[in-house]
Amino acid sequence: MILILEQLLNGLQYGVMLFLLAAGLTLIFGIMGVINLAHGSLYMVGAYAGTWVAAETGSFWLGLPAALGAAALTGFAVEALVVRRLYARDHLDQVLATFALILTFNQVIVLLFGRQPVFTQMPAAFSGSVQLLPGLYYPTYRLLIILVGLLVAVGLWALINRTRVGMLVRAGATNRDMVRALGVDIRLLYTIVFGLGALLAGLAGYMAGPILAVQVGMGEQILLATFVVVVIGGVGSIKGAFVAGLALGVVDTMLRAFLPGLLRQVMPPSDADAVGIGVASMGIYLVMAVVLLVRPRGLFAAGA
Amino acid sequence: MKMKWLVLTASAAALAASGALADPVKIGVITTLSGPAGYLGEDIRDAMALAIEMEGGKLGGVEVELVVEDDGLKPANGRQIAEKFMNDQGMKLLTGIVFSNVAGATVPDIVDNGAIYVSPNAGPSNLAGAGCHENYFVVSWQNDALHEASGAAAKKIGYKKAVALAPNYQAGKDAIEGFKRMFEGEVTEIYTQLEQTDFAPEMAQIRAAAPEVVFQFHPGGMGIAFLKQYAQAGLQGQFPMVLSEPSTDAVVLNAVGDAADGIVATAHWNRDFDNAANKEFVAAWDAKYARPITYYAAQGYDTARLIGSALAKTGGVDDIDALREALRAADFESVRGDFSFGPNQHPVQDWYVLDIVKGEDGKPAAVTREKLIEGYGDAYADQCKM
Repeated sequence: MILILEQLLNGLQYGVMLFLLAAGLTLIFGIMGVINLAHGSLYMVGAYAGTWVAAETGSFWLGLPAALGAAALTGFAVEALVVRRLYARDHLDQVLATFALILTFNQVIVLLFGRQPVFTQMPAAFSGSVQLLPGLYYPTYRLLIILVGLLVAVGLWALINRTRVGMLVRAGATNRDMVRALGVDIRLLYTIVFGLGALLAGLAGYMAGPILAVQVGMGEQILLATFVVVVIGGVGSIKGAFVAGLALGVVDTMLRAFLPGLLRQVMPPSDADAVGIGVASMGIYLVMAVVLLVRPRGLFAAGA
Repeated sequence: MKMKWLVLTASAAALAASGALADPVKIGVITTLSGPAGYLGEDIRDAMALAIEMEGGKLGGVEVELVVEDDGLKPANGRQIAEKFMNDQGMKLLTGIVFSNVAGATVPDIVDNGAIYVSPNAGPSNLAGAGCHENYFVVSWQNDALHEASGAAAKKIGYKKAVALAPNYQAGKDAIEGFKRMFEGEVTEIYTQLEQTDFAPEMAQIRAAAPEVVFQFHPGGMGIAFLKQYAQAGLQGQFPMVLSEPSTDAVVLNAVGDAADGIVATAHWNRDFDNAANKEFVAAWDAKYARPITYYAAQGYDTARLIGSALAKTGGVDDIDALREALRAADFESVRGDFSFGPNQHPVQDWYVLDIVKGEDGKPAAVTREKLIEGYGDAYADQCKM
């Protein structure tokens, strides 16, 4: 029971990380129609910038604004210099251009920081673990990530549903051309959305630093799962990204943790391990396939 | 991503002026420089260059030139580069490959072409046993030996019950097999996924299994994430770890900080080894590079010095048979101390137990505790018919 609860928390924590990345990606995809493969690079930029400032100043918390700022600025620059030229192009051009951005960012990071993964510090207050229930110890830092993720979700909900910018974002995701026809400065809106997406990616990257390895190519490792979240949640839907992110985080974690053990009850251990690991690593893609069968546009597709 | 890197050739002008000098011997280096694992190839390349620089542009008194290309960790690239090196540039001596999957696709092609390949890192099992070849030398280790050493160390300490974790791919399975071969106790196996970055589910499983010792093989970034999360989950200190070299290289230790305290590691080389060749190497590295010295660098350096010892006897690479004989003699001072080749031309060497402790600068450092196994080769040598 304790183990199941702990794994649920782990799934939740992985889920909010996926959500932070997917939120930006789904907006960019939904509103601008751009497939941004370089989203993972913004995650990496946030992680490196924040970690570097944290190491120079000795304070984890000073690294946070640096990570957010660097990712958002990089996002603005990428939008203005590259992505803006891609809105009218087809998806192949977008994929090629943003893939080129991945290679470029990775090489720039190598030139600036070298190939060695860098050391990341934990905020001292969050370095231990707390006892949530008798026998259930959980790292405080992971609780912090869950909390931050949920706060961001609430903040985004308020931004999208309660502000004028949010209204335009919703309108843009539903019918881009109509928004443009009504005389809204769509270019500014695009830049804001892209910057916001980059900022969230930077936040995710910096928060992930103390848990994962801050290294070149770290963004590509999580990018695929992020795209699955976007597709399941429905392109352009923050709500979809939230629900799908948490669901996939929990499904993935649960399958990996328990499936081999469950299968061992009904088949020989070596087969159970092989099948269990295989199915667990396919898990989120199986979920995606089923969702696409039932709801081809995703769970909460905007404008559906 | 392609990178060409020419080092330490006598300048073109000097060559033209003297005229009489023979062209330098070209050594082809196929290695991994891009992506998260790029630091491995970088260290191998730089240590080779360092060995050449320390001899004034020569190895064994023969003028040499390193031609380096990045395989990007893709087997097809490795093979393509090898063919270019051999067919277009006429190279007879190749080295540098970091990863077993690249080596598996590239090495057979090289040796079948009549060229010699000296491995500074990868030593896959299929090329160590029945698939061995007289033109194929491994300076580092046979892959399994890395993990067999950890199994032996865990057994020697007296542990009986272990949890072993590794990614679900060939090298991961080999790691757990290698550990089990020498450990001989009860082992719970947990397979992770390659590219996995969050190990929280595995941490909970380890806690539930309550082993006496944990062995895990997660190279590079995966290992960094694993060690950090192990400490954060409160398992560090609760369940001791015995790890093999790829999970505890100097870069990993530097990146995880305190999370590495208390780990027992097994190794065939460590920075603090007390022999003249190693002292010279460490001093030269520290003078030239600001980054920590890894065992990959030590292997690159040994590879260059082995090649130097052979070139000193042959004077060049024109006579492949003579070169092969000279390499087989392993007539050089290794930075790890005693070194010789077994019947499959893989190393016969000593393995050591290291303790990871907090160093003087507050960062983790590996300190050699004791010699674990003396003169160990590998489990495949007797299957090799050369």
